[in-house]
Amino acid sequence: MKDNSRRIGRYTLVFAVLIIAVIVITVLNIVIGSVNISVGDIIGVLFGNAEGTTQSGIIWKIRMPRVFMAAILGGALALSGFLLQTFFANPIAGPYILGISSGAKLFVSFAMIIVTSYVGHVGSFELIVAAFLGSLASIGFVLLVSRKVKRMSMLLVAGIMIGYICTAITDFVVTFAADSDIVNLHNWSKGSFSGMSWSSVQTAFFVVIITSIIVFLLSKPIGAFQLGEAYAQSVGVNIQVFKVVLILLSSILSACVTAFAGPISFVGIAVPHLIKLFLKTSKPIIVIPAVFLGGSVFCMGCDLIARTVFAPSELAISTVTAIFGAPIVIWMIIKRQTR
Amino acid sequence: MSDYYFSTKDLSVGYNGKALITDINVELNKGQIMTLIGPNGSGKSTILKSISNHLRTIAGTVFIGDSTLHDMSYKDLSVKMAVVLTERIKVELMTCRDIVATGRYPYTGRLGLLTDEDNKKVDAAIKLVNAEEIAERDFAAISDGQRQRVMLARAICQEPEIIILDEPTSFLDIKHKLELLDILRRMVEEQNIVVIMSLHEIDLAQKVSDIIMCVKGDHVTSLGTPREIFTKDNITALYDINKGNYNMFFGSVELPRPEGVPETFIIAGNGTGIDIFREYQKKKVPFYAGVLHTNDLDYQVACDLAMEVVSVPAFEEIDNEAYEKAKALIDKCKTVVYTGVAFGTANRLNKDLLEYAKGNGKEILNL
Repeated sequence: MKDNSRRIGRYTLVFAVLIIAVIVITVLNIVIGSVNISVGDIIGVLFGNAEGTTQSGIIWKIRMPRVFMAAILGGALALSGFLLQTFFANPIAGPYILGISSGAKLFVSFAMIIVTSYVGHVGSFELIVAAFLGSLASIGFVLLVSRKVKRMSMLLVAGIMIGYICTAITDFVVTFAADSDIVNLHNWSKGSFSGMSWSSVQTAFFVVIITSIIVFLLSKPIGAFQLGEAYAQSVGVNIQVFKVVLILLSSILSACVTAFAGPISFVGIAVPHLIKLFLKTSKPIIVIPAVFLGGSVFCMGCDLIARTVFAPSELAISTVTAIFGAPIVIWMIIKRQTR
Repeated sequence: MSDYYFSTKDLSVGYNGKALITDINVELNKGQIMTLIGPNGSGKSTILKSISNHLRTIAGTVFIGDSTLHDMSYKDLSVKMAVVLTERIKVELMTCRDIVATGRYPYTGRLGLLTDEDNKKVDAAIKLVNAEEIAERDFAAISDGQRQRVMLARAICQEPEIIILDEPTSFLDIKHKLELLDILRRMVEEQNIVVIMSLHEIDLAQKVSDIIMCVKGDHVTSLGTPREIFTKDNITALYDINKGNYNMFFGSVELPRPEGVPETFIIAGNGTGIDIFREYQKKKVPFYAGVLHTNDLDYQVACDLAMEVVSVPAFEEIDNEAYEKAKALIDKCKTVVYTGVAFGTANRLNKDLLEYAKGNGKEILNL
């Protein structure tokens, strides 16, 4: 019982810290930038007494959608990573490393170039669909390989190779795109939260939140799955169906991220690992919401760094996530080997 | 259907639609343990995986209670059957108690939260396998023996009517093997469930099981009570033992007999000879043994290890015939070993044999 109350205390602490961090970093993201904005301005904008000012325009049109997008997509990315790690029973699986993000990227760039040249405008929902199909194509390939190769490390290598192939084709496609497309595509394909519109935020919000709620409601079978397929089945999980659902959900999440912000590296691996470490548990019902919040904090923080460190020029978001994420992954691998 | 709780009818099992083992027919009551024995790769695991629905059966039917495996959903099956598998599970940051609690899955609500009653059942299962001290430890940081007990507690907590265990004693030392099997036996008696498992240790299988199924090649070679199954011929054939011998009384094996022309005669009896016979076996020195009563422990081992054993029926005095036969063998030897066995009425002629050897200039070893 003593252990139990200590556990609950720990969970409460972690969640409290995460929520405070979300709020603080959101405020920081709005306040910091080339135009300085005070906390008072934010309150003014929120309560509608500052309409028409420059500050209000910056807050409302630029910084708020951007920080919300970083929060939503960061959470989605981390959760997608957590699902893939559960699926492959491998802590180093993630949407970026398995080539899923790159597959989505390839399909999205196709959609952008082909559709814009023949039809005109591509809506954000269409982009998500394209990214989703791309994600499925990549993961389908990875799964095919995983039936032949039993070694996890080789599976990751296969994923990385798919990533390279998709990136190469994307570059090839981009080379032949019309000039006006290229500027957009180029920024996007490197990954960035810049230039988000409220309508994109809205679409992303609904897709991600609904998917995440479904994931949360599935925390029971996900927990059973952590013991392996055979045990999960023996307690009544329909494994065949559940595996498909798991893959679809993680693909939707990572597709949504890629459609709006391009491929973003390492968040999907580093965040779930850190969160589990803080919580000292891997129980999905606790871990899933925490991973989402952790992903939000991580991405908002990285985006803040990406756009402020070398202002006015911006870093690609993956540049920053990699600097923080990759060492965590390396440390994880070493820790596993020495145990 | 019959009164049996678990039964199979003309069951065929295998991989990818190809039958590996065919015509499995077995009937089990509640309160019985059935153990599958047989050489490595004989298909014990295949059978266990098939009856637990992890592998699709090829043909035939598995009956559980008043239903068939085929008609049951995963959920239906999960409240009837629990499994303990050989594969090691990879989990992180889960305490042993967490692992045990996963057994409550079929009974918890949508989000899998444990009620007070669930918690009590988890505690009871942990207590049953004597794992209280390790309950709050990280599952990844405990020994194999402890892990196996935790997995058993997990299965118990699932409140099944059948528990299937695939080689549950594989990674355990002897103490933990006995403990685990004792727990199973107790559960079968107290909770009136069916246990089906595979074991490598035939001696333990003999002692813990009610029914033994021998699996080899493409079929079940025999099925019956331990008394029926554990005969020398049956076990020797099942495992193709051509080096060494299986002893049905001891349930154990002896290494191959040292062959050759013996130059040693061992006078033994009352268990004094076993260690000496085995010493000679290790040195690969052939020997004769006598005169032994057929109910003597030494007789059992001597039959497996000595080139020839001079014996007399149980409870009879050594007769002249046996005495003369032993004398003839001693004549062929250089050395006579005396194990220190006491001479009483029934074996007093062995004392005469020893005197005879001394009188004839044989080397006498008092061991």
